Amino acid sequence: MMTVTEDLTTPRLAATPATAMKKIIIIGATSGIALEVQRQLAHQGCELLLIARSPQRLADLQSDLLVRGAQQVLTYSADLASIQEHAAIFEFARRTFPDFDTVLIAYGSMHNQKDSETSVDVLLEELRVNFVSATAILTLFAADLERRRTGCLAAITSVAGDRGRRSNYVYGSAKGALSLFLQGLRSRLHPAGVRVITIKPGPVQTPMTDHLPNAARFADPEQVARDIVRALERRSPDVLYTPKIWRYVMSAVRHIPETVFKRLSF
Amino acid sequence: MPGQSAATLRKQPATPQPAERILSWGRYPKTAHHHVHRPAWSDQLPEILKAAAPGFLLPYGLGRSYGDSCLNAGRELIDCRRLNRILGFDESNGMLRCESGVSLSDILEVFLPKGWFLPVTPGTRFVTVGGAIANDVHGKNHHCAGTFGAHVREIGLHRSKDGLVICNSEENPDMLRATIGGLGLTGVIGWADVQLKRVAGPWIDAESIPFQSLNTFLDLSRESDGRFEYTVAWLDCFAGKNPRGIFFRGNHTANQGEEFHPKHGPKLTFALPAWMLNRYSVKAFNTAYYGIHAVKKGAAVVSYDSFFYPLDSIRQWNLLYGKQGFLQYQCVIPETNVEAFEELLARIARSGMGSFLGVLKQFGSAPPAGMLSFPRPGLTIALDFAMRGERTLQLMQSLDEIVQQSGGALYPAKDARMSPALFEASFPRWRGFVPYIDPKMSSSFWRRVTGTQ
Repeated sequence: MMTVTEDLTTPRLAATPATAMKKIIIIGATSGIALEVQRQLAHQGCELLLIARSPQRLADLQSDLLVRGAQQVLTYSADLASIQEHAAIFEFARRTFPDFDTVLIAYGSMHNQKDSETSVDVLLEELRVNFVSATAILTLFAADLERRRTGCLAAITSVAGDRGRRSNYVYGSAKGALSLFLQGLRSRLHPAGVRVITIKPGPVQTPMTDHLPNAARFADPEQVARDIVRALERRSPDVLYTPKIWRYVMSAVRHIPETVFKRLSF
Repeated sequence: MPGQSAATLRKQPATPQPAERILSWGRYPKTAHHHVHRPAWSDQLPEILKAAAPGFLLPYGLGRSYGDSCLNAGRELIDCRRLNRILGFDESNGMLRCESGVSLSDILEVFLPKGWFLPVTPGTRFVTVGGAIANDVHGKNHHCAGTFGAHVREIGLHRSKDGLVICNSEENPDMLRATIGGLGLTGVIGWADVQLKRVAGPWIDAESIPFQSLNTFLDLSRESDGRFEYTVAWLDCFAGKNPRGIFFRGNHTANQGEEFHPKHGPKLTFALPAWMLNRYSVKAFNTAYYGIHAVKKGAAVVSYDSFFYPLDSIRQWNLLYGKQGFLQYQCVIPETNVEAFEELLARIARSGMGSFLGVLKQFGSAPPAGMLSFPRPGLTIALDFAMRGERTLQLMQSLDEIVQQSGGALYPAKDARMSPALFEASFPRWRGFVPYIDPKMSSSFWRRVTGTQ
């Protein structure tokens, strides 16, 4: 009836451990998972460059993260879905935040799958935001890190990309394609000593998933962010499943024969 | 999966929401809500307020209200917990501006290491700033600091018709007084300016003193009020009208206590079977609790956590009371009427239904910060009663009679059942508050005690 778990009621008065990463760019800083990641990084005294669309939201985040311990918080407002803005984003980062060591891609969109079955426009938008635009911005930052022979690129994809399912294969295929892209990029950047991390969260309680059934049972974004921050700090793993159980769940799901899988309705 | 859309692309699917079950801390009454809005940014509030039908909305925080004042059965809630940004802090004077979903726990985590503490804190740190204002909560320092609302300098209130309304002592002072203690009915608090307090560190110089009658308690309380910032007592409600208890008092101190390591606290994961809490087990607990404190009475330097929030160390302790939940009874009775207070204790003892969480405090004479603030000069007691159906409700009704006759009041944040008549007696000026209610707001509590729809 009682379980002993980590105590959340006690403040973290002790100093936090030193970390290798110090200057981090978050692309899609107002997304649900990014919010939690940023808080934990601020608590460790990191320097942050936040990129998102709304200037007001960025300003709110900036003051919040500074009070919570971030050494520096820069912001840049841009529409990430609009690929022609990427060059300006990259230019701003290189000019004002030159020796950044980590880039986290945290934005994405999830439409109702049914809409993209009936509207090609919605379908293409979903692929463009989740896959095309993400690869575009990754490519700009990858070249910079490769030249400097240092740093870490991380992107949030999804367990939905591990297998195409009836209920969300559009979102899933965009995220799955992004995972493949990251896999190749990892291999390319390995000789340069640049890390590439694929982050595959299971369903998380964020504004993006509020409309889904059983949203109350999804993972706590704080826990997911803890896993992500830990993966950014350490040398491993290359592919992070969070919460961890999804590594095993997806391993099983991938092994279901297609003749059976196509009959499953989830 | 990543967070929300980067772009203008995201559309909310128009699927109908299933009935959502959100309970208050007492887990009684059991209610279902038609829909729960979960805004992540305050810029989403105007749209939510605009789209709703009249009387359909109520802001919701961490759900630590015990009864139905944080519920809106069959209608909608605005869950404010994602509005949890700290918008500014002035190191020179301790003025904090934060969104209403920031929890007191969060404030302690960020600001206590910098030497700042909450001006007033209730017995749990898991409440939001919005909730603390809406219920104008009090704490162990009521006799010298008043309520939480007395330390709120300014709020940004989102109203369905007027948009964002700034309220402080010069601009819209009446709306500020209506919102403090206003049970969330005046609109959604976007942000608030709260005056934090300088402290020397996380330590409390605490004393515990056993007492064996109400008069000893009163003497202790009067004698301590001038010298101690915090006073409160635990009461064994099985002991009748001459109750025994433990008087706790303390001050912030620069002295360091025993090394304080983050504890591994237990957590209740499901409701205990109802039979486990009965008059024998509770009596045994109370005797043991009194015994332990009577033996180790005296002074010690303790962490603020164990002094202010002993119950927070058992997460979800409300599940102790079983599936049916529990009711809390918190009243205040004027000091001139100690006999009424004794009669109240006698009835509880006779019923054998009381529980181990009896808390006693003498309120100070600070003027109320809000129109519907509960604290007023007198003795306040808070007791838990496991919900056992009709006989629990009957006992509480018989306590109501005493409260009403004595000129006392009941605390809305703890209530799930008071009659309109008792509400009227407790808050005779409530009609003066009505013009400040946002037409889109209502709550289960408000409909119940005012007989409105």
